[in-house]
Amino acid sequence: MSNEPRQQIYDSTAPSTDTRESRMGEGVDDRFNSKLREAFGASPFILTKFDNFMNWVRGSSMFMLQFGIACCSIEMIHSYAIKHDLDRFGAGVPRASPRQADVMIVPGTIVSKFGPRMKRVYDQMPEPKFVVGMGSCTISGGPFQQGYNVVKGAEEIIPVDIHVPGCPPRPEALIYGVAKLQERIANGESSPVVVKPYELEEFGDLPRDELVQKLADQIDEDDLVMRYNWADSP
Amino acid sequence: MSTELERAVTETVTEEELEALIGDRALARDDHKNAPGFVVRPDDVQDVLLDLREEAGFDHLSCVTAQQYEDRYESIYHLKKYADPTQEVSVVVPTSVDDPVSQTAEPVFRSADWAEREAFDLVGIDYEGHPDPRRILLPETWQGHPLSLDYDQEKPQIVTLTEHANPIQPDHRDEESDTMFLNIGPHHPATHGVLHVKTVLDGETVADVDPDIGYLHRSEEQMCQQGTYRHQIMPYPDRWDYVSAGILNEWAYARTAEDLADLEVPEYAQVIRTMSAELSRIASHMLALGTFALDVYGDFTAIFQYTFRDREIVQDILEDLTGQRLMFNYFRLGGVAWDLPEPREEFFAKVRDFLDDLPAKVAEYNDLVTSNEIFQIRCVDTGILEPEVAKQYGCTGPVARGSGIDYDLRRDDPYGYYPNLEWNVVTEDGCDNYSRVLVRMQEVEESAKIIEQCIDLLEEWPEDERNIQSNVPRTLKPDADTETYRAVEAAKGELGIYIRSDGTDKPGRFKIRSPSFHNLSALEEMTKGEYIPDLVASLGSLDIVLGEVDR
Ligand code: SF4
Repeated sequence: MSNEPRQQIYDSTAPSTDTRESRMGEGVDDRFNSKLREAFGASPFILTKFDNFMNWVRGSSMFMLQFGIACCSIEMIHSYAIKHDLDRFGAGVPRASPRQADVMIVPGTIVSKFGPRMKRVYDQMPEPKFVVGMGSCTISGGPFQQGYNVVKGAEEIIPVDIHVPGCPPRPEALIYGVAKLQERIANGESSPVVVKPYELEEFGDLPRDELVQKLADQIDEDDLVMRYNWADSP
Repeated sequence: MSTELERAVTETVTEEELEALIGDRALARDDHKNAPGFVVRPDDVQDVLLDLREEAGFDHLSCVTAQQYEDRYESIYHLKKYADPTQEVSVVVPTSVDDPVSQTAEPVFRSADWAEREAFDLVGIDYEGHPDPRRILLPETWQGHPLSLDYDQEKPQIVTLTEHANPIQPDHRDEESDTMFLNIGPHHPATHGVLHVKTVLDGETVADVDPDIGYLHRSEEQMCQQGTYRHQIMPYPDRWDYVSAGILNEWAYARTAEDLADLEVPEYAQVIRTMSAELSRIASHMLALGTFALDVYGDFTAIFQYTFRDREIVQDILEDLTGQRLMFNYFRLGGVAWDLPEPREEFFAKVRDFLDDLPAKVAEYNDLVTSNEIFQIRCVDTGILEPEVAKQYGCTGPVARGSGIDYDLRRDDPYGYYPNLEWNVVTEDGCDNYSRVLVRMQEVEESAKIIEQCIDLLEEWPEDERNIQSNVPRTLKPDADTETYRAVEAAKGELGIYIRSDGTDKPGRFKIRSPSFHNLSALEEMTKGEYIPDLVASLGSLDIVLGEVDR
């Protein structure tokens, strides 16, 4: 978006503050000197592409999914709460329903049993949606990478835009990650949807190997299943 | 009930009496470091346990450990007394490798229900007569038992997503009895993480609940079995009960391993341990209070934020001490990692400031929470857990103390520096959600007392006697086949660890007895026949943390 005042209106590049001053009176508070205010200046109009405008809006008002998994969620709550107050950056109102959220912070270890659920929650979020992976567990499985039951990173299941490393990352680090995400969104970037090893499929669609044969009388043809494959994960 | 006062003396059962009681049902002795052990036949389990409970007063089935040896499977029942947890006995039940079937202990102790399901799930022992022989932590469709010796972790598995059907669908309503099936979780704001409660509702009344756990089963026991005693295990306990109660969990491992390898801990280190553990407890209880207020009247703005403000202060202090906000990794076998931060005066001043402010804050919480009418309506006389029921389910910690069970390992099975300090064990006998909250609030004050005394001691400690670690060999190799089970009072209750060493520098079997796991199993008793909103309140007042339930 154009932050620069249009040259044909002004003589200098300094923003005009006449309107603002007449409106605010004396002693304008510093916080009104935002880039936006400077950009608007005397003119109430601004020219930009609609897409850019939408990206900027998206990045500036994000609704997080209230979603706790493991240890990292404690630090995530701390980022929402007093002192760190993620809301300062326009991203701090957690929504309990995935249908109202557009950013999902994945705070913790994902295990085989939870994988399909997380996928489902992600699928329920409306487009466009973004994911912040919090902690080493969402990068690689973290300290539990060798576990028989642990998915080695959130990226195996859903696309992740920003990884925040740490075990757990400090709230400051998470906030930095969210700020970076906002920056990316405002620039119209988001991570490409990669092909993931773990997909939800109907049981009937799985190749008929030994394991599938064995489970055939336990699982219905049209039940959704996910194949957990420890050996082939990175 | 200060620690100074001896609690009501219970009769001590001597080993001879136990031998006589079990008689020739004992095939052999298999003593553990903490307790005498008796080997019994798989079909004598109920008999022996019943006698031990009725005749000898062992009313607390603390833990069930299952493990596989080359030539046999083994279930160990660790029994204690609520009245005196230093009296312990283990019942060891071997079964053959080809046909691992053993009698269930569920009719004698309800807590064996979930414990045996877990043993079946992870190790693969079948319990004959078990009322509900399903997997508990892993998905139903899992192949193999991961902690058995022949498990191949490289094999693919298939996990289903059936439970996610919409509750409004016709098949979720029972045509005849007019009940409705409702899924709560695994992603739900009131479940404190990833817990799934399958609920059957009759109108607004809860007809049946079945907690479905395992959504955070991170193979903690396997991880600990792969780490070396000296350094590689200590980081994991921090991640069991991750609500800042890390230090309390570390203590559980430290206590067990020190017991196993006969390590001494210098007195100075014990004082630091005691102080930091109580700081952890305060942080943990603060979170319990905040989230409980959030659960029962959706207070995200005042109480929740206040408790987090106070947690920040505690976390700052702990960060100064340990270097981390949440995953402290501060204890070492035989002591702690490092001394108090310099300048010490500054640290003491910071802790004292916190302690000075605490009474006013607690008073404020009492104004906001416990004397609030809405809160009382929600909590008084809901989620009733009678003491006898609580004992049957192996409940411990604030949950047991809220039901009037006077049981606190810090006093009853002393460790650390607790026996030398002045403090009280808090109990309430309301048995309801309200009592459990009251217990936690008062425990915060008791913890503050303990910290204050520790600070006094540390301030006076002569400079040349500040010994933070005893001499511990670089690689620890406890003698083969030493077994021990030790527990400490963590934030949620009795956190126990069983370790069997196999002569190497890694444990042969590492079993975690988690308090939240057993407390959660009592949910059914607390909520059946109550209203559905009370279910949420009861769940909140149990203060479970899923990292510890699922491990
Ligand atoms: S990254 Fe560390 S703190 Fe975060 S969930 Fe994983 S183990 Fe817990």
